[in-house]
Amino acid sequence: MLKDITLGQYFPGDTVIHSLDPRTKLIMTVVYIVVLFIAGSWVSYGLVAAFLVLCVALSKIRLKTILSGLKPLILIMVLTGILNLFYQKGERLLVDWWIFHIYLEGIVKAFFMITRILLLITGTLLLTYTTAPIRLTDGLESLMNPLKKLRVPVHELAMMMSIALRFIPTLIEETDKIMSAQKARGADFDSGGLMRKAKSLLPLLIPLFVGAFRRADELAVAMESRCYHGGQGRTRMKQLVMSARDWTALSAGALLTAAVITLDAFGL
Amino acid sequence: MLAPIIQTENLCHVYSEGTPFEHAALKDVNFAAEKGEFIGIIGHTGSGKSTLVQHLNGLLKPTSGRVLFEGEDIHSSRETTRRIRFRVGLVFQYPEYQLFEETVYKDIAFGPKNMKLSEAEIDRRVRDAARFAGIPEEFLDKSPFELSGGQKRRAAIAGVIAMQPDVLILDEPTAGLDPKGREEIIANITDYHKARNSTIIFITHSMEDIARLADRLVVFNDGQIAMDGTPREVFSRAGELSQIGLDVPAVTRVMKRLRELGLDVDESCFTIEQAEASILRLKEGGVSGHA
Repeated sequence: MLKDITLGQYFPGDTVIHSLDPRTKLIMTVVYIVVLFIAGSWVSYGLVAAFLVLCVALSKIRLKTILSGLKPLILIMVLTGILNLFYQKGERLLVDWWIFHIYLEGIVKAFFMITRILLLITGTLLLTYTTAPIRLTDGLESLMNPLKKLRVPVHELAMMMSIALRFIPTLIEETDKIMSAQKARGADFDSGGLMRKAKSLLPLLIPLFVGAFRRADELAVAMESRCYHGGQGRTRMKQLVMSARDWTALSAGALLTAAVITLDAFGL
Repeated sequence: MLAPIIQTENLCHVYSEGTPFEHAALKDVNFAAEKGEFIGIIGHTGSGKSTLVQHLNGLLKPTSGRVLFEGEDIHSSRETTRRIRFRVGLVFQYPEYQLFEETVYKDIAFGPKNMKLSEAEIDRRVRDAARFAGIPEEFLDKSPFELSGGQKRRAAIAGVIAMQPDVLILDEPTAGLDPKGREEIIANITDYHKARNSTIIFITHSMEDIARLADRLVVFNDGQIAMDGTPREVFSRAGELSQIGLDVPAVTRVMKRLRELGLDVDESCFTIEQAEASILRLKEGGVSGHA
C-alpha cells in the first residue's frame, strides 16, 4: 500500500546525535560536505570516513537502514564509477581493446568518486534520519534569520516547508482512499498504454487537487482564527538552545576541517 | 435456506505485516449475507468494519481465508475480481470527495462506462440511479462541485447505484449530514433495496438509524464478530454493547429505565413505534405484560 512508503525518514531515538540542536546538525552537515570535497588524499578520506562512522555509531541507526537509504542511488554510483573508469587518462594502461582504454589511474579515480558519493549520501542521510522534519525547518529558519534584514521572508518559507511536510502523510492517505473508491467503480490504474494510463489518472488527480485546496482553505481559516499573522513577535514552545554538547560537536567539526586541510597541505 | 450471495471464510487481514506497525484488523471472520438482506454493521472506530467491507469487493486481499461471491472465490483471477467489483458496489465514507467529472451525469456514468455498456444502457442507468438517489433531472448537467454537501453525497451514491450492484455496501453514508439530508439518503437506500431486492450492508454509528432499517445486526469488536442477530436480540444485550464502547438506541434506554422504575413495559423496544405501542398497551390493559 502507498502508506508503507517511508517519507521524511525520521527514526526517533534519544542518542547524542538525536539530541543535538538541529542548527548544529545542519552546520555540521555543510562543513562535512565541504571537507569531503577538500579532502584529496586517501589519508584525509580515511579521516572523514572515520568521523562519519563514529557519528553513525553514536546515532545507533542500524546499518540496514542506511543501506536501504543508499539503494536508490546505486545507479548513480555505478554510472559515476564507469565514466571515471573510462575517461581518466593515465600512464599505466591496463586494458586496451577496441575503443576502451582503462588505466590504473582510472580505477583509482572511479573508486575515489564512488567513495565520495557514498560518504556524501550517508552523511546527509544521518541528518534526516536523526532529525524530525519540523525541527529541521525550525533550525533552517533560525539559521537563515539574518536574511530577514534583506527582506527574505524566512519565517514564511519555513512555515510553508513545515506545512508541506506535515501534509505529505495526509495526502498519501487521501490518495489511497480515492484510488480505492474509483477502483470500486471499476477504474483501472495499471493497464493500457501511456496515454490511457495518463487519462486513467484523472479520476484520482482531480479529487486530490480539489481536496488539497479545500484543506489549504480550512487550514488558513484555522490559523487565522488562532490569530496567526506571520513571524512577527512570535515565540516558540520549544526554544532552540545550544548546549555544551552542541559546542563540542561544532569544535569536532572545526578540528576535522583543520586536520584535513593540514593533511592536504602536506600532500598526504 | 439459499446459499449466501456473499460470504467470508476464516478471513484474516494484517496491515503492514512484518513491520513494527503490524496490526491485525480482522481475525478469523466468518460473515455471510443472503440475497435481499438488509444488514447493519456496527462497531467502534478501528474494530475492523471498514476493512471487512473492502474485502467484500476485492479492494483488499485477505492475508488468509477466502471471500466468496455466489460460491466463487473473488480472487480466483484478475478478471473475476474486476467482474465482481461491479456486482458488489461499495460507497466509501464521505464519497463526495471522489467526484471528479465535469458534470454530475458524467460522474454517475463513470462506473457503467467502465463496465463497457452501450450508450443507451448507460443513459438509462444514469437516469435510473439519479432517480433512486433523489437527484433532479436538471442537476445532471451541472458541475458536481456546484452542488450542496447533501446533493454531492447523493450524486456519489448514484455513481455506485448506476452499476446496479447485487450487493450495495455503504460505509457511514449519513455521516456529517443534517437531519433532513440523513432522512433523504436513508429513504433513497430503502427505496433501492425494495425495488431491486439487493443485499444492503450498512455501516453506521447511529443506533437509531440502524435499529429501524436492518433485518440483521452484526457487531464488530477488535477484528472479530462479537454479536450477530436481529436488532431486538442485539439491543437486548445492552451491558455487553456498552462494554465494547457501543450504545443502544435512546428509546431502548428510556424503556429500560421505565422498567427499572417499576413499569411493566417491553425493554427490548428499539423504535419509537414499538415503544409507543408498548406504553399504550400498559395504559389500556393495566398490568397485562409484554409484547
